[in-house]
Amino acid sequence: MIYYLILIIFLLLLMIGAAIYSIAQKDLLYAVIGTGLISLVLSILFLLLQAPDVALTEAAIGVALTTIVFIITIRNTVRHEDEEKNRRTLPNQTTK
Amino acid sequence: MDFRLFDLKIVEYSFFITSVVVILIGLYGALVKRSLIKVVIGLSVFDSGVNLLLISVGYLTSGTAPIYSPGLLKGMPLTLENIKKLSEGMVDPVPQALVLTAIVIGFGVTAVALSLVIRLYRHHKTLNIDEIKNLKW
Amino acid sequence: MKKVLVISLLAVFGGYLLKVLFQIDFGHQFFTNGVKDLYLVASPEKLKVANVVTAIVVNFRGFDTLGEVTVLFLATTAMASILYKGRHQLGERAVLFSGSSIVTTGSKLLFPAIILLGVYVFIHGHLTPGGGFQGGVIVATGFLLMLMAYKDYSVSHIVLSVVESLAGITFASLGLVGLINGGSFLNDFMGNGTLNALFSGGLIPIIYITVGFKVGAELTGLIYTALNEKD
Repeated sequence: MIYYLILIIFLLLLMIGAAIYSIAQKDLLYAVIGTGLISLVLSILFLLLQAPDVALTEAAIGVALTTIVFIITIRNTVRHEDEEKNRRTLPNQTTK
Repeated sequence: MDFRLFDLKIVEYSFFITSVVVILIGLYGALVKRSLIKVVIGLSVFDSGVNLLLISVGYLTSGTAPIYSPGLLKGMPLTLENIKKLSEGMVDPVPQALVLTAIVIGFGVTAVALSLVIRLYRHHKTLNIDEIKNLKW
Repeated sequence: MKKVLVISLLAVFGGYLLKVLFQIDFGHQFFTNGVKDLYLVASPEKLKVANVVTAIVVNFRGFDTLGEVTVLFLATTAMASILYKGRHQLGERAVLFSGSSIVTTGSKLLFPAIILLGVYVFIHGHLTPGGGFQGGVIVATGFLLMLMAYKDYSVSHIVLSVVESLAGITFASLGLVGLINGGSFLNDFMGNGTLNALFSGGLIPIIYITVGFKVGAELTGLIYTALNEKD
């Protein structure tokens, strides 16, 4: 019983940490991976809260598809949050 | 699982506290950040917090998932009394059905928002909200 | 200045939210007592469906599910029309080169297994966790793997739209047959069978299979549209 409790507290702390990381990170690609981590932890928590249907949906949609759509958007636009860094590191993105 | 192990409020309510904290982090990102992709990321984080809150409201201590599987029935006849006795020990299925809808709709919202972001980038060559406001089309 | 304003606003909001939530007795109190008891008893007794969440999504709130599938269809259409660039100046694929031979062979081996898993999940939606939405997403993920591994792998938009329209028409017409037959939309006109058998539950497996085909076709089209945007 105590192991369940430790596991749940660890998962909840990991979820808060991933949320702070994905908001604070300046590199948008790493921030998107952070949101994928949030969804993964959330699906394990749904399973522990006796909701297997919701856990399966969250694992399929939140982890795979949302992350892929975000990454495609970043590939078509810019990667960094600061405009200066985009101009310095990726000159070929704005030429075409 | 019995969450009243330590008789502490903070352990028992850790699901609620976590979901409120995640909701606040997501709202902060959506309100303060200047990059449009960061705003969409903040909305997605906000969505996750709301889903966790709804599911944990419907939880029953040491309950089972709302599925009448053969392992749960254990060969007992399917009378009304047996079904009522089994359904006493199940978690609430209504929030689960609502969250199932909410996750799928949330993905659709995210996809349309990101395609609008791509379109704005093609037009303005920037994603900063302040610069887009200054350009005046 | 703006950050201070936002943080104080969020602190007030979070404080009030927690104050309300601390009055809930976690794990011992429900807010949907009458509805919950009705669903939990009627689902195995009348409908003979083992998974109560499936019974709620497809039967008790089936009209809502039709609206949900329509919202997904509108999202796909909106994404395609927002990103439209003209027929003769389509951008090249975002995948610029094929993967190595290990990646291509491995994904060719994995692709039928992923499709089979998705079909299994949406056929057994009324017995085990899963259903049309989850199975459809798994099928779309299999197509995503092939689109990422090969440079010139393509899916036909015509086939996708035909599959999607047929599934949607089947869903709506089954609902209309119930309306003519029994007086309400999606009224069950088939036998129910026994609990925990594959052919049980009346209309519910058929509707979840159509939802699975529709969601799979829609999400595959959405991914294909998004991957074709490289300018």
